[in-house]
This record gives sequence, structure tokens and C-alpha cells, in this order.
Amino acid sequence: MQVTMTVNGDEVAREIEPRLLLVHFIREELGLTGTHWGCDTSNCGTCVVWMDDEPVKSCTVLAAMAHGHRIRTVEDLERAGGLDPVQQGFMDEHGLQCGFCTPGMMMTARWLLDRDPDPDEATIREAISGQICRCTGYENIVRAVRWAAEHPATSEVHA
Amino acid sequence: MQTPAPVEYERAASVDDAIALLERHGPEARLIAGGHSLLPMMKLRLARPDVLIDINDLAEELAYVRIDGDDLCIGAMTRHRELLESPVAGEHYRILHDAERVIADPVVRNRGTVGGSICQADPSEDLSAVFATLGARAVIRSSSGTRVVAMDDFHLGAYTTAVGPAEILLEVRVPIRTGCGSAYEKVERRAGDWAVVAVGALVCLDGDRITDAGVGLAAVGAEHFRSPAAEEILRGAEPSEATFDAAAVAASADCDPQSDQRGPADYKRHLAGELTRRALRRATARARGQEG
Ligand SMILES: Cc1cc2nc3c(=O)[nH]c(=O)nc-3n(C[C@H](O)[C@H](O)[C@H](O)COP(=O)(O)OP(=O)(O)OC[C@H]3O[C@@H](n4cnc5c(N)ncnc54)[C@H](O)[C@@H]3O)c2cc1C
Ligand code: FES
Ligand code: FES
Repeated sequence: MQVTMTVNGDEVAREIEPRLLLVHFIREELGLTGTHWGCDTSNCGTCVVWMDDEPVKSCTVLAAMAHGHRIRTVEDLERAGGLDPVQQGFMDEHGLQCGFCTPGMMMTARWLLDRDPDPDEATIREAISGQICRCTGYENIVRAVRWAAEHPATSEVHA
Repeated sequence: MQTPAPVEYERAASVDDAIALLERHGPEARLIAGGHSLLPMMKLRLARPDVLIDINDLAEELAYVRIDGDDLCIGAMTRHRELLESPVAGEHYRILHDAERVIADPVVRNRGTVGGSICQADPSEDLSAVFATLGARAVIRSSSGTRVVAMDDFHLGAYTTAVGPAEILLEVRVPIRTGCGSAYEKVERRAGDWAVVAVGALVCLDGDRITDAGVGLAAVGAEHFRSPAAEEILRGAEPSEATFDAAAVAASADCDPQSDQRGPADYKRHLAGELTRRALRRATARARGQEG
């Protein structure tokens, strides 16, 4: 079947099998390998992308279901050559070690900050509670998101 | 790598279109809403539909939480997050927000729907226990018309509901009542997991007398997700610790839990009793306007 959707602002069209999962469409059809693919069972959250304006686990959405929708992936966080404050926060606060969970964590963090620009620690932990990090113990991820909350201006500069 | 088996895909443009597509494609066609139960089942080959009929475009028709007459109505395509954030839901039944806060995780709640949850009828499904607690009704449509089914007649067993192969759930209706409080207590192994055990309670008070009550149970094999024996004890009784203890014992007895990776059966039975007590205390406090 033919699907058309907007990915990071660009319209893309492909001929696909209806059973193709959105995560594989993004990685294999579009070559956007920033979105990771981990557990396959909607538990780890490394595959999180935005569908329209909400984070979803792309291993549990069919590419066919995204037809006509807007998808935003981690590649779209960076704007005009500048990092999103969330990305800068992950760098400055060592919010990653191996980096496997990072794309999903950052997409959820960006969504959280758009809705709640000054979240407390409990709110941040709740927002990422469906996402697993095997390295950091979450402490530095929380700090990274707080860093981004405290430095919102960078996103305005680069938006 | 887990991937669903080959399948055809259709998109319904309206409720009537969804029903027409179900009729055209026959019993091997399945509706797909959030897909957060169906796609995992398809990956594991526990479900192998020939055709998927996507009903996400029906959000405009079927995603709402609103009052209609004496009922709080929740459309089948309402996402978990929308129910969690609905002020009118929380105003009438706090149990809805208690439960939604602990169903899956925030990202899953962006996709999973109320209709998909109760149609899935997983024995651990939280909303099935919630709607059993509240004495809700399900509104189901086919090409021959619309019918309304009480929760006890909706859930026919594990993964089985009254929704026929060419039918679609439109909404859940919860009767609005005054002088009542409700609460949901769930124990899970980790954030976002399915319940080890969960219990819902509804307590309606007239002074110091319980006029009506509901006790719902998830993940413990209770028939229709409910404990009729506990409800019987509560009706007409004083809302006291002694009453709650008796109801807790009855609720434990109405369970038929299985030992699994979430715990042994006797632990779950014990937990069902303890969570019944806690839910009843909280529902009672709320009925009295005492607790937030
Ligand atoms: C990681 C994870 C954790 C979860 N944790 C919990 C939890 O703690 N508690 C809990 O209760 N649930 C939990 N769930 C389940 C979640 O709530 C699902 O979203 C829900 O069970 C199904 O909703 P859906 O919209 O995704 O349904 P789908 O998967 O799209 O559909 C499920 C079934 O319902 C049918 N169906 C859907 N809509 C209709 C309709 N309108 N009319 C007729 N049939 C319909 C479909 O044909 C299918 O058979 C979890 C899911 C995941 C992935
Ligand atoms: S790969 Fe999607 S949640 Fe793990
Ligand atoms: S940084 Fe390794 S899993 Fe999170």
C-alpha cells in the first residue's frame, strides 16, 4: 500500500506492506536511525517519536496508521545548527552513557517541557516512567531535563 | 525481531463505515484502535486477523468525556490520557483518575483507548474493574441497530466480550449519583506495569448508612471483575472498619487468582482483601467530602 506522511517537516511517500511497524519505516525506509529500536514490546521507550504532537512508541504503531499524520523524530530536535536545550542538557549533565535510550528520552523530555516548562523531579520521573535506561540510574537524565528547563532561551534562539 | 504476520489494512471513515467494513471482510477482520494490545498480540501470533480496520479517524465521533442526561459518557476512542485529564470525569468519579494515573505509562496512555481496553478484556485490565465497580453500561452498534449492555453481561470471560464480530463499541455510560465516593488501589511490581492486584470501590452514603456499593477486582480471576458478596455486605451497613473487614474477606473469597511471575495465588488473595479495605476507606472519606 502507498503511505504518505510528514516526517520532520518533509512529506515522504513510500510503498509498504501494511504490517510494517513505524519504527522500521523510520529507520529502514527513511534511513533515520536516530530513533532506536529495543524491546519490541512497548516497554523500553527507546523508539519514542512524536505522532502529530504526542510521543508514541513507534514499535507499537503501524506505518500505515501514520498515513496522513505528522511524525517528528530525534533528528528534528536540532534547529538551524543549534542543539535543543534538551540535547545540550543531556551533554552538560551527562544524561547518557551508552546512549541507547537517549533518543526516546529526549523526545519525551521535549514534549514534557513544551507542556510544563518548569517540571519538578517527580514530574520528570513520571514522564519518563515508560522508558528504560540501563546505564545512568536516571539521576543524570532528571538533571539533564532540569538543565533544559532552566535554559529555555537556547531553544528560542534556535527555533 | 517481532513483526506482525501479513495483514490487509483498511481505514474506516465513520462508525457506519467501520461496521460495513467488518461485514464485508467477515470474522477474520479486527478493529484496531490504539493498537497497544492488538499489535503486541499480533507480533506474538496470539492474534492473526486477515484485515485490520483502523478506527483512529473516528476520534471526532468517538473521543469525548461528557454528561448526557444522568450519565457520564466516555467515548470508545477516548485515549487514556484524555480520560486522565478530563475534569468532568474526576469531578464525578475520582476512581477514573486514580486508575488512569497507574494504567501503563504516560507514552502508552497517549495511544491506548478506553474502548480498546474494555474490548481487550485482559483479566488484568484496570478499566474493566473500574467500570464493573461503577455499574457502567456499554453501548454497542451493529448494522441492525444499537444495544446497551450492562458490564456483567459485557465481560463474558478472559479476552471475551459481548461485542460481536460485526459490532463496534461506541461508548461507556456511567450513571451519575450523588453522595457517593470512589477510589482505586493498585499494587504493581514497577511503574507502568500491569496490576499484581487492583481493587476499585464505590461507596454511596446516606448519613451513617451505606445505601449502595461497588467492589471491582482486577487480575485475580473474579467473575465479571466484581465481588457481589462484598457489595452485599456493604449495602445497608455502617461504613466502619468492621464492615470493611467483612467486605475484604468476602472479596478475597470471590477471587480465583493464578500463581505467576507477579506472585503466588495466596499472596494475591491476601492483597485483594487488603486493597479492598484501603479502597473502601478512601471511597468513604471521599463520599463524606473529607479526602482529596
Ligand atoms: C507497556 C504496556 C503496559 C500496559 N499496562 C496496562 C495496565 O497497567 N493496565 C491496563 O489496564 N492496561 C494496560 N495496558 C493496555 C493498554 O491500556 C491498551 O492500550 C489497551 O488495553 C488497549 O487499548 P487500544 O486502544 O490500544 O486497543 P487495541 O489494541 O487497538 O484493541 C484491543 C482489542 O479491542 C478491540 N477494539 C478496540 N476498539 C474497539 C471498539 N471501539 N469496538 C470494538 N472493539 C474494539 C480490537 O479489535 C482488539 O481486539 C498496557 C499496554 C502496554 C503496551
Ligand atoms: S522498542 Fe518500542 S518500546 Fe521498546
Ligand atoms: S544511557 Fe545506556 S540505556 Fe540509557
